Amino acid sequence: MSQSTNKDQEIFIAGTGITPAGEHWERSLRELALQAISLARAEAGGMKPEAIYVANMLAPALSRQSQLGALLADFASLHGVEAATIEAAGASGGMALRQAYLALRSGEVSSVLVVGVEKVTERVSAELEAAITTSSDADYESIHGTTQTSLAAMLMRRYLYDHELPADALADFSLLAHANGANNPNAMFRKPIKRETYQRSPMVSDPLNMFDAAPMADGAAALLLVRGDNLPDLGDTPRVRISGSGASTSTIAIHDRPDPLRFAAAAEATQQALVGAGIPLKEIDFFELHDRYSIFAALSLEAAGLAAPGEGWRYAAGSASGEDGYLPLCTLGGSKARGEIGGATGVYQAAEATLQLQGRAGGAQVKDARNGMIQCLGGMAATAVSHILTRVDGR
Amino acid sequence: MEVSSHWRVRQQRYALVGEVCPHCEAKIFPPRDICPECGEDARTHFHFSGHGKLYSFTTLYDAPAGYEAQAPYTVGLVQLDEGPLVTAQLTDFGEGAPEIGMPVEMVTRKLQAEGERGMLVYGYKFRPQLQPS
Repeated sequence: MSQSTNKDQEIFIAGTGITPAGEHWERSLRELALQAISLARAEAGGMKPEAIYVANMLAPALSRQSQLGALLADFASLHGVEAATIEAAGASGGMALRQAYLALRSGEVSSVLVVGVEKVTERVSAELEAAITTSSDADYESIHGTTQTSLAAMLMRRYLYDHELPADALADFSLLAHANGANNPNAMFRKPIKRETYQRSPMVSDPLNMFDAAPMADGAAALLLVRGDNLPDLGDTPRVRISGSGASTSTIAIHDRPDPLRFAAAAEATQQALVGAGIPLKEIDFFELHDRYSIFAALSLEAAGLAAPGEGWRYAAGSASGEDGYLPLCTLGGSKARGEIGGATGVYQAAEATLQLQGRAGGAQVKDARNGMIQCLGGMAATAVSHILTRVDGR
Repeated sequence: MEVSSHWRVRQQRYALVGEVCPHCEAKIFPPRDICPECGEDARTHFHFSGHGKLYSFTTLYDAPAGYEAQAPYTVGLVQLDEGPLVTAQLTDFGEGAPEIGMPVEMVTRKLQAEGERGMLVYGYKFRPQLQPS
């Protein structure tokens, strides 16, 4: 985690591509990915990358398609370029970004395309649940009929019990995400919701209701990453660099954790990213956390050190009202309103954070943002990957 | 059919056989051969009593493929008296509702039926404790 000193060796985001999240019945996995790749390459002046890392978790199960590296290099007419899939369940996107960062830092390559893609509408709901559940412990969790949602629900119940909280204590995360999603043209849901809507919403896995869980969506996002000595002319667009990167793992099963309500991997990944960036937490201007479930948001804030244990649930209300000492969260709607794109989530987060830092976030713009933190989680936060993106002033 | 993958864990599924660490005496379930407490080798078999308390639970309505016929069903995290947490379905609650902290005990039940001609997978579930232990 050494701090970058030489600008040529620093890692920049030269292009981003985001496709709208949603139910894209008419488009295939490769078509979605190509759209994101083309957008990212166009922003980077048409650059051809030296390597491609694909972030995906569900294609082998849902689309009967593996070897996405070769598939997408071929379909994007990037013939001959080395390419492979990086899989770490819902953390695949962040992990692909981190592998790209490491490859670029090694000096072996000077440009890498990271593309996250997920196609979840190929199957009916029970088959999708079964595919997602493969990221839990097959022998000791999934055999009992658990789903990721039911595991999150058990964490949520224990959290509410331990801290003696009302049933709607986590509602503000959902309200905040939907309010922010209204300003994101690529979000699946673009309407704010009322507290009463949350309170009346049906249980999915009690006490977790429909608004505590992010909806799965099809989508693709891409990033073109380059070393400083290979940065194309981006005109007046502010340059954004990856200033810190961290990744960690915890037990795959929540029953194997000393304290299931502590996201240890998330805490470690955040620390690594901050140390890498050489900045304290208070210099972060916004935080794109992985709000796949509202309880994940609360526990991620506690893991990051932004809230004390048992206090994370309060953070969303402070963030929404812009109170001093509270960071903007999920500024483009997060997984709850944008849509949860599985293994592509971390790539969406990075692309969205780049828009914020470049001042291209429209109605969702965070004022004077300089450092953005992103974090995605695999399974029940068994994998966590954190990055800090920093705007670089001047040319 | 995944015969061997279920057969391999039969001692765990039918009798809650885990491990005890010969170095620090930590009780381990599921077995993992390396003690999570002290990091030493831990392969000594240990039979758990099957008694514990409910740590958390939830009822699923959207079941994954292979479990739709059982839905809705309730799964729980059970803190065994010997220490480890276990994930399992709750059963035999009748009209009663589960509560965090209530004593429960292991029973052997059918976990999954792989279709009409497929294999039946049996294993542990937990029910309200019948008599004081």
